[in-house]
Amino acid sequence: MNPPGLAIPFGRDGGSRFLPALTMLMVFLAGLALAAVMGLEHTLADWNRGLTGTLTVELPAATGAGDKSLAAALAVLHATPGIKSATPIDRAATMKLIEPWLGTSLSPADLELPRLIDVRLDPTARPDLAALRAKLTQAAPGSVLDDHQLWLDSLARFARSAELTALAVLALIGGVAVLSVAFATRTGLAVHRDIIELLHLMGARDGYIARQFERQALRLALIGGVAGLALAATALLALEHATGAAALFGPGVTLLPALHLRGWNWAMLVALPPIAGLVAMATARLTVLATLRRLP
Amino acid sequence: MVRFENVGMRYGTGPEVLRDITLRLDAGSFHFLTGPSGAGKTSLLRLISLAERPSRGLVSLFGEDLTRVTRAALAPLRRKIGIVFQDFRLIPHLSAFDNVALPLRVAGVAEAKLRDNVREILEWVGLADKLEARPPTLSGGQQQRVAIARAVVMRPKLLVADEPTGNVDDAMAQRLMRLFEELNKLGTTLIVATHNAVLARQSGRTVLHLENGELATAAAARAAS
Ligand SMILES: Nc1ncnc2c1ncn2[C@@H]1O[C@H](COP(=O)(O)OP(=O)(O)OP(=O)(O)O)[C@@H](O)[C@H]1O
Ligand SMILES: [Mg+2]
Repeated sequence: MNPPGLAIPFGRDGGSRFLPALTMLMVFLAGLALAAVMGLEHTLADWNRGLTGTLTVELPAATGAGDKSLAAALAVLHATPGIKSATPIDRAATMKLIEPWLGTSLSPADLELPRLIDVRLDPTARPDLAALRAKLTQAAPGSVLDDHQLWLDSLARFARSAELTALAVLALIGGVAVLSVAFATRTGLAVHRDIIELLHLMGARDGYIARQFERQALRLALIGGVAGLALAATALLALEHATGAAALFGPGVTLLPALHLRGWNWAMLVALPPIAGLVAMATARLTVLATLRRLP
Repeated sequence: MVRFENVGMRYGTGPEVLRDITLRLDAGSFHFLTGPSGAGKTSLLRLISLAERPSRGLVSLFGEDLTRVTRAALAPLRRKIGIVFQDFRLIPHLSAFDNVALPLRVAGVAEAKLRDNVREILEWVGLADKLEARPPTLSGGQQQRVAIARAVVMRPKLLVADEPTGNVDDAMAQRLMRLFEELNKLGTTLIVATHNAVLARQSGRTVLHLENGELATAAAARAAS
């Protein structure tokens, strides 16, 4: 326990009120950047999971009632190992997909709609797509097998570069945060050179004096850090809420990438204030010891 | 107790502010240090109180040659020295009580033990009713007395006081001098810097006179005044 009255009240002077305010801002920014990186990672993983297990077979519009190409294509698909299911998407569902563009006034009969088959793969299976494609063309001329690979590749490239950018931003903010917390701590201590010398001349050992200031720095940075975390959490929850609200407009409508922060992501965010506290503490220690080293 | 031989001192790379200082303060002695402003009184006291290192010459304290003492070993020596700073150096956010208790707390004295001690010392300097007052709310003379109380609360073997009567009227100055006499009778070695040559001479104690960084002999000091 710290004896009463010994705690150096640095924090009452303007210079060190700076430390909690700055820590708050830095933890807030670092929290947002970290959340962006983690959210992006999840979104990418979700897309991967959602798309790698599916194929779409597209058949030209039926030429007449006797058109057997859909049945032939389905037979080929059902016979292929590694395919879990192959479901034709009925006209109503296809209409729903194009409704936003064409409106509801058109009757499906008026349209020559391509027929779609939604194919789901066993998560572990790696079917030979080239062979499948060849068989499908034979069974149902004009069919197209879309494995989303092209789209997924460019999407993955985009997402990866976005993630790298976010990581770079996070690293930058982290670096700036560490530097500014360190700087604010040093500024706060500069005012107290006299007290440091005073304690030194009273016969206090270096480690003892450093501890007095470390504790204060830790306390101030934690206060600021927790406030910054609360701000960041509020902002992130609001963003998640906004994402959820956007989803109400329809299952396919996502204006924002979902954040989907999981337990351990929040745990990483919660780690930010203690990290800021440790930075402030270490800086206080080094600054005080450097000041003391200049004294005989 | 304190021995200087041909000591010189400079701040950083500046000129020597003290030159060829040779002096001896025996255990139980009481010295005054006089001299015009800028003569080097504070600098000399800072050397004695281990706040500065000499740039040349030999300083020995409590029988130990300081060039042979490690930095870590200086801390226990410092606890035997009480310092009254010219500018007090009270901590403004702490009460008079906590300011005076500071050296005891630094030395790890238990709270229960130090309470009576601190009260007694503050009573001794006539501030029994100001225990909870913060320094900025005290007059210059009251702050001065808190500073003196803090310097003596550890019962130091050596008391170094820089202008301890600079901010008080003559009556208070006389009273503080009696406090110092009392301490000296209890065995404390004292060196007190002052502008007030009259006060120093009245005391009948040895007067060291600094002029431009050099120590004049007592005789020369008398001739000069
Ligand atoms: N920290 C410092 N850095 C550089 N020079 C200093 C420093 N402190 C004092 N000096 C110089 O050392 C010389 C002696 O100063 P010192 O404070 O010892 O005088 P003093 O006798 O105590 O004066 P006063 O009676 O006004 O208190 C002066 O020329 C001063 O400018
Ligand atoms: Mg002076």
